[in-house]
Amino acid sequence: MIIVLLLLIPLLSACILPFVKEKPGQFALMASLAELAVAAVAAFQFIPNSSIQFAIDQPWIPSLGINFYMGIDGISLMMVLLTTFLTPLIILSALNREYKNPSAFYALIMLMQVGLIGVFISLNGLLFYIFWELALIPIYFIAAFWGGKKSIPATFKFFIYTIFGSFFMLIALIYLYFQTPGDHSFTWQAFSTLHLDRATQGCLFWAFFVAFAIKLPIFPFHTWQPDTYTEAPTPGTMLLAGIMLKMGIYGIIRWMLPILPLGLQDYGKTAIILSVIGIVYASIIAIQQKDFKRLIAFSSIAHVGLIAAGIFAFSQQSIEGSIMQMLSHGVNAVGLFFIADIIFSRTQTNTISSLGGIINSAPKFAILFSIIMFGTIALPLTNGFWGEFLLLMGVFQYNACLGVISGLTVILGAVYMLRSYQKIMLGENNALTKDVTDLTMNEKAVLVPIVIMVIWMGLNPEFFMHFARPAVENIMSIAGSSGLIGIK
Amino acid sequence: MTNLVFLVPLLPLIGFLLNGLLNNKISKNLAAAIGVLSVAGSFAIAAGIFLQSFHESSASHTIQYCTWLKAGSLTIPFEFLVDHLSMLFMLIITGVGLLIHIYSAGYMHDDDGFNRFFAYLNLFMFSMLMLVLGANYVMMFVGWEGVGLCSYLLIGFWYKNQEYNSAAKKAFIMNRIGDLGFLAGMFLMFSHFGSLSFAEVFEKAKAFSTNDTAIVGITLLLFIGACGKSAQIPLFTWLPDAMAGPTPVSALIHAATMVTAGIYMIARSNVLYTLAPTTLKVILVVGVFTALLGSFIALTQKDIKKVLAYSTVSQLGYMFIALGLGNYNAAVFHVMTHAFFKALLFLGAGSVIHAMSGEQDIFKMGGLRKHLPITNITFFIATLAISGFPLLSGFFSKDEIFVAALSYSPLLWLPISILFFLTPFYMFRLYFLTFYGEYRGTQEQMDHLHESPQIMTIPLMILAVLSVVGGWINASLFNIHGLEHFLEPVFRNYTLPFSSEGNEILEYGLAAVSLVVVIYLIWLTNNVFAKKEAENLAEEDMSFLQKLSYNKFYVDELYAFLIQKPLDWISEKTYEFIEVSGIDQIVNGTGSFVGWSSNTLRKLQTGHIGFYLFAMVFGIIMILVLNFII
Repeated sequence: MIIVLLLLIPLLSACILPFVKEKPGQFALMASLAELAVAAVAAFQFIPNSSIQFAIDQPWIPSLGINFYMGIDGISLMMVLLTTFLTPLIILSALNREYKNPSAFYALIMLMQVGLIGVFISLNGLLFYIFWELALIPIYFIAAFWGGKKSIPATFKFFIYTIFGSFFMLIALIYLYFQTPGDHSFTWQAFSTLHLDRATQGCLFWAFFVAFAIKLPIFPFHTWQPDTYTEAPTPGTMLLAGIMLKMGIYGIIRWMLPILPLGLQDYGKTAIILSVIGIVYASIIAIQQKDFKRLIAFSSIAHVGLIAAGIFAFSQQSIEGSIMQMLSHGVNAVGLFFIADIIFSRTQTNTISSLGGIINSAPKFAILFSIIMFGTIALPLTNGFWGEFLLLMGVFQYNACLGVISGLTVILGAVYMLRSYQKIMLGENNALTKDVTDLTMNEKAVLVPIVIMVIWMGLNPEFFMHFARPAVENIMSIAGSSGLIGIK
Repeated sequence: MTNLVFLVPLLPLIGFLLNGLLNNKISKNLAAAIGVLSVAGSFAIAAGIFLQSFHESSASHTIQYCTWLKAGSLTIPFEFLVDHLSMLFMLIITGVGLLIHIYSAGYMHDDDGFNRFFAYLNLFMFSMLMLVLGANYVMMFVGWEGVGLCSYLLIGFWYKNQEYNSAAKKAFIMNRIGDLGFLAGMFLMFSHFGSLSFAEVFEKAKAFSTNDTAIVGITLLLFIGACGKSAQIPLFTWLPDAMAGPTPVSALIHAATMVTAGIYMIARSNVLYTLAPTTLKVILVVGVFTALLGSFIALTQKDIKKVLAYSTVSQLGYMFIALGLGNYNAAVFHVMTHAFFKALLFLGAGSVIHAMSGEQDIFKMGGLRKHLPITNITFFIATLAISGFPLLSGFFSKDEIFVAALSYSPLLWLPISILFFLTPFYMFRLYFLTFYGEYRGTQEQMDHLHESPQIMTIPLMILAVLSVVGGWINASLFNIHGLEHFLEPVFRNYTLPFSSEGNEILEYGLAAVSLVVVIYLIWLTNNVFAKKEAENLAEEDMSFLQKLSYNKFYVDELYAFLIQKPLDWISEKTYEFIEVSGIDQIVNGTGSFVGWSSNTLRKLQTGHIGFYLFAMVFGIIMILVLNFII
């Protein structure tokens, strides 16, 4: 029932929205809040163990083994909560900006939510793939039609690049299907008990890796990202950075680790090295970025680089850390992109050097911004800390040298975030920033929940982790039983 | 009483929340009351715990509240450790902190950010108390970074000034460099001990042999963290810049408490450090050089707070010398006395700056003793104490370090003798330039010249008393070993590299030398700097050594040249050449290639039936040939 509701609410509202001419934004907001309520009920009813709960399994195309098979374990629950928590905020943030053809705009956001939720709860490989691609279509239109001047080429690149990656994943999924015994099946359970030989797993590892690496993105598959993030309208960027890239991370945890442990064993190191390069590379580039939105985009690459490195390092600490960091990165990225949007709405620019002194006229904004910033640079007692701590610990245990190199994000993150905060917010007002007004009610309604999350997750990480831990243990033990003993 | 320990950090946290959330909705008096009372409450509880400890059989209590985080075999409980070391630090932090809070109520009274200031101060108290109370390295790290945050917020307290903001940023980033070391140390520790809790780690450490690679690695990495927080070479340059913050902040954070966190951490980990003599040698060398460098730079600085800042760098160096010698007790002892006299010096400097309408250049002061009698006397006492004048607090703690150093190795005779002269010299130079000689300020400043209100002078007087008598708690010259006995349960694992009994001659000798040297230097500096016209050398007229000292050995310039500029350059060039013209071009090129090939292949669709037939036959033949070959 819960799963049906989780999919139906956004799907139906996406269908109705094109016909809602009066206040479509409010309608979408209500729908997304209803969705959040359903997710909250799911969290209350969820028993924190490793089992898959609320499962439904309806035949769809039985001859091909495609079942409508969905369910929620601890990891899925975290992702569903993240999605349903952020979507209302994203809609709310869009409400006081003018978007042409709002009915279609909000309908696409809701459709996007269908895709995202579907990805996080599908336990049938092909179903996963269908939702994976479904999520791409609305974001393409949002970015292309509501974006900045150069949005069409940027979005086109993003679209082609992602499709290109998913293609390999589709092949891998179909291949796995044919390896399943008997009548063949696409179910996750069937895949994760395959025990394929080493060479096959290696090939499949790369097929999946390319798809997920593009989505995250992992260096060097990242060049679509800064352009798209900068050119897409802010709600689109928030969807992309806050939620959509977690599809890739989730995909690695769900569809790579338990199914391809030997592939991970052989090629995990390469994947980690690429991820670690990405951390340092993106952090270094972020230091000299002139555009704040682009700076956040590069910082995002650095953060997901660490998440990926931690997952491939395959320790209990780092995988739990990756869940934690997915949540906090989602929250913080949405916050930061909204901050960039607030600045742009007041000054018509995101060029860091032309701003300054905003704290004088907008002190509340400055405080909320600083808290989110400290979350981003992983200060203890904020959400970023625990994830980063566990991830770095995992990478360090995998290889001390790589751990220390990834740790540079601790320093470089502070460099670029504090530098941009200083140049944007502190100092004396200039002509451009002297009339900046403080937050509106609507903007507070977006930023305050985010800040509450930043602090809550920092104070009580165990509340979130106790849901996810059994599922992580389960995935690790499946990978272990498929022959992965001591990945080093 | 020990059960109430959670209130010690909690009260300042509540103070922070009240002042932070209500901010400008409450009056300045109320904000100050919240700030001061919350710390007073913490102090009262800390004092209660301390007094009770004399009646308790067990010297150490670990109080576990809940599991903060679990991940696989890693468990991080939320737990406090109340033992004699954390008790002592609690007392120093809340005691000196309380005095500085009271002082701030007067000092900051005309500032618009008054309420915000008290909110930050309380947040600092909370973080610092978390740091010393945490019973595992993660909790210590939480406090450790928390005090770094407060330091950042308070250095950049006057955020309209971008120079101050840059100083704040610099402090944060340099601390972060150290923190990476701390993190790596924790990770390595977890790999070898499977835990980050003090009790478990120290217990398991017993199985390791002396100078085990793992232990040396862990202790060195943690020491990098200490270098950042406690401003040791090479991470010391942020501390002088940190003087951009309001003066009470310099007294509390950048002299008495936060910067001693590194010493606390090493003293807390004494079990590990004692197992790693190699690390101790590194610490000793770093400490010696930092002490020398700091005091050498302090000789020529003209800003009253900069002199004190470099003096702090140097005094922290002393503490690291003590740690490096394995004499944790002496290090902690010096932390305590230093907290008294250095806080007093900074607060006195604040009183002077307050009276001089914000002037910080000592060459524009002079003759202030007539106008600021209480400040003058208390500042003089603190100057005597830091110079090591016999029987004052600084004498006893410094003596203990010097005796230990001199009996450790003859190589230390030279640096120690230099330090013997440098400290009293720069301190009395500062004192005489400020309080003696002719007044050199403007007439306008003269008109406003006044002694500070009682709310500021009473803390000065209390600290002056402590600076005089504070050392008697461990006056080893007179066979008083109070502190040593008190801390014995914490440090009982280490064995001193020397026996203090056989060093009586050295101790008496040092006392005599101290007396002579300090009196001689008072006479000397009085002659040079208390004149009517003190010689204010312009930079061009300085000798090479003076220039070197005045320009702080050009370390800032060196770092800008070696790190900052290259980093910016790499950042820019990586973006231009690798990102935009490199990787992205390859990606776009792939796209263009596909476009180009499809465009080219499209032209094969010519519409000539003959060509299609030819292609078909050619294809069939190729298939057959391939079939045959394979």
